[in-house]
Amino acid sequence: MRIKFSYIFVFLITAFILLIFFKSLFEDKSYVPKKINNKIENISIEEFYSGNNLMLKELINDEKYIIINIWASWCIPCRQEHQYLKNISKITDFKMIGLNYKDKKENAEKFLEELGNPYDVILRDKNGTKSIFFGAFGVPETFIIDSELNIVRKYIGPLNLENQVEIEKLLK
Amino acid sequence: MLNLIGNYSLILALITSFILLFLSIKNFKSDSNLNFGIVVSISLQSILICISFLTLLFSFIISDFSNLAVYNNSHTTKPMFYRISGTWGNHEGSLLLWLLVLSLFISIFVFRTKKLLISFRILTIFFQQLIITGFLLFIIFTSNPFQLIIPTPTEGLGLNPILQDPALAIHPPILYLGYVGTSIIFSSSLAALVCRYTNKEWASDLKKWTLISWIFLTLGIMLGSIWAYYELGWGGFWFWDPVENVSLMPWFCLTALLHCTSVLEKRSNLKSWTIILALSTFILSMSGTFLVRSGILNSVHTFANDPERGIFVLIFLTVLILISLTIYFKYNDIEKLTRSFLLSKESAIVINNWFMMYFLGVVLVGTIYPIFLEVITKEKISVGPPYFNQLIIPFLIPFLFIMAIGPKLDWIKNKKFDAKFTKIILLILSILISYLIAKNFNTQVLYSTLLISAALYLFFISITDLKNEKLKLSQKVSHTAFSILIISIILNSLFSEEVSVNLKKGEEKQLSNYLLKFENISKMEIDNFTSLKAEIHVIHNDNKLKFYPELRLYKVPETITSEAAIKTSLFSDNLVVVNYLKDTNYLNIRYQKKPFMLLIWLSAIMLAVGGLIGLKKNFK
Repeated sequence: MRIKFSYIFVFLITAFILLIFFKSLFEDKSYVPKKINNKIENISIEEFYSGNNLMLKELINDEKYIIINIWASWCIPCRQEHQYLKNISKITDFKMIGLNYKDKKENAEKFLEELGNPYDVILRDKNGTKSIFFGAFGVPETFIIDSELNIVRKYIGPLNLENQVEIEKLLK
Repeated sequence: MLNLIGNYSLILALITSFILLFLSIKNFKSDSNLNFGIVVSISLQSILICISFLTLLFSFIISDFSNLAVYNNSHTTKPMFYRISGTWGNHEGSLLLWLLVLSLFISIFVFRTKKLLISFRILTIFFQQLIITGFLLFIIFTSNPFQLIIPTPTEGLGLNPILQDPALAIHPPILYLGYVGTSIIFSSSLAALVCRYTNKEWASDLKKWTLISWIFLTLGIMLGSIWAYYELGWGGFWFWDPVENVSLMPWFCLTALLHCTSVLEKRSNLKSWTIILALSTFILSMSGTFLVRSGILNSVHTFANDPERGIFVLIFLTVLILISLTIYFKYNDIEKLTRSFLLSKESAIVINNWFMMYFLGVVLVGTIYPIFLEVITKEKISVGPPYFNQLIIPFLIPFLFIMAIGPKLDWIKNKKFDAKFTKIILLILSILISYLIAKNFNTQVLYSTLLISAALYLFFISITDLKNEKLKLSQKVSHTAFSILIISIILNSLFSEEVSVNLKKGEEKQLSNYLLKFENISKMEIDNFTSLKAEIHVIHNDNKLKFYPELRLYKVPETITSEAAIKTSLFSDNLVVVNYLKDTNYLNIRYQKKPFMLLIWLSAIMLAVGGLIGLKKNFK
């Protein structure tokens, strides 16, 4: 069979489009903003279990950095990133704080029972108003904060393995 | 128990698929009648998939939370209607629905095409079974709707409240009927190519399937648009959202195909082009599914982003494209085009096709270009409405004029082109009216005048043509509907007004000609959400309108949705949307006046009715 030129042409174009589609599957959908010099206000937030209010600064003793992870039991991507949070939590000399966002207490507890609790402290943002102070867009989002409450890193969307390695490097 | 039934019926259906593939290869060319085994297997497969779907439906109805899909997407406090629609409101269930429609359509095909060439029928079944097998493998291995959770949870996670809307509950099934209809068009075209059966008989059968898909796709797109308008409260009905575009692309292709099949049916012309359109329609539907389901396109329709699923659909898509390209280039003969004159129905239809391909191209580029850019240069951009509006709207002007002239031309060669007195009067009349409308706007008077007069001219011509007995009723209805649709959309975008203000309870504010008052707010607990109803008065020229927009605070999952308060009349919609401002007593209140909204929906329905009339005539 004589292979037609037009066939090869159409075939190549299609192959190119499909290749791009394939590559785009692995494009990182999470987004790390480049410039962040924002300082978070020292606000008070409710502690998850006791219901007492805590000032954000009280959480930091002598750690260089703390991690704040905004999550919810109804958020499916949060389930995805949970394993990476657990891996990160194995590093000892820093605090990981979970900020439970617009969630039912029972559902959140069930979520942690099911998947494990990587957090040292859990805070509760019942109506979604506290997350605004962090400049959060939704769940999940993860912030690395220094002792002066400056945001050092910010991850929008679920964390992945690459993020985990990066965070581990920063904390060690 | 339910999970087992559902799962095993799927596996049995897959086995039937393999049997069918084998039988159709074995019996190709051998029998004079359709092999009994094929007929039985196809019926059996449909029944099995039906059982599997009903099982899932039943699991949702009785809230069987041992099923992962039910657990993730349902809740006991959810009203029955949304429990049922929850079945296809998620990834797994929607694929199962897709599969169900695929298998039902091929059964219908087998029982309705007894008069057609036997080898063509068997090959169509073969190609359709390839698609069904692909879907079955996809569902069973990557998106199984019957996964168990042990231990069984007592409560589910709930359906995304934004999806709890009547229009949206029926939007996916209708749209799927349209998408899946294109699979038959695809299989039938490949089969016709291989059997060299691209004749008039085939064209009239293809036309039925094209019409079915087209009707459902039109209605499906309209329902999605209604949902966006009423539920999302963004004050518009079309946003050029990637997922909307993905449904619009096969629509352009189908519309072109619909007109093309007439040429093939009447004049045995444009064979290759018909085949190309038929194949592209399905490939576009599948690519759309891939882009949406793999999470590559981000939009209001956020589904899980799972690369594994994406790879599967991509491989499947590659196989389908490869098969269709190879078959097309191997079997398609160079066609001797019968000569047509410039002023003939064929030419008008070819021009219609050019326009459709242009519109398709614009939408295609706008939708997938950002993906290409991101992969190649790592740059993220989003293509918004201005791009689409600027590239599509100017081209509507010649398109509408040709649409007004085209249908009355004769086949082959138009004998006399009589510019009748009435036509010229109508043209002048449309330009005059348009100018009167457009001169209220300081900018772009000429552009608006041209645009409106093109649409008005088509409308006038379609109305005068209603009496013309030479034309088909379906075409007259659809073309009239299309002209009303375009006029409504244009006037809607020109005359929409909007004011927005933040108010506390008891406050009021004057904005241009409107006085907005926030009278009252009340709280109520309803099944699965808390409703906050505000009472807003809008006073315009001593005319007082009362609105009760609503905020719904859903418990599971905790989400706030805003329900617009809409007063609809034939010529204008007035609506008020409120939004919650965090940490304050203020509500953001937006009042909008949207003319001709109802006409947009009605004309879209009328468009589909035109298709329905055509379908009925073709089945006689």
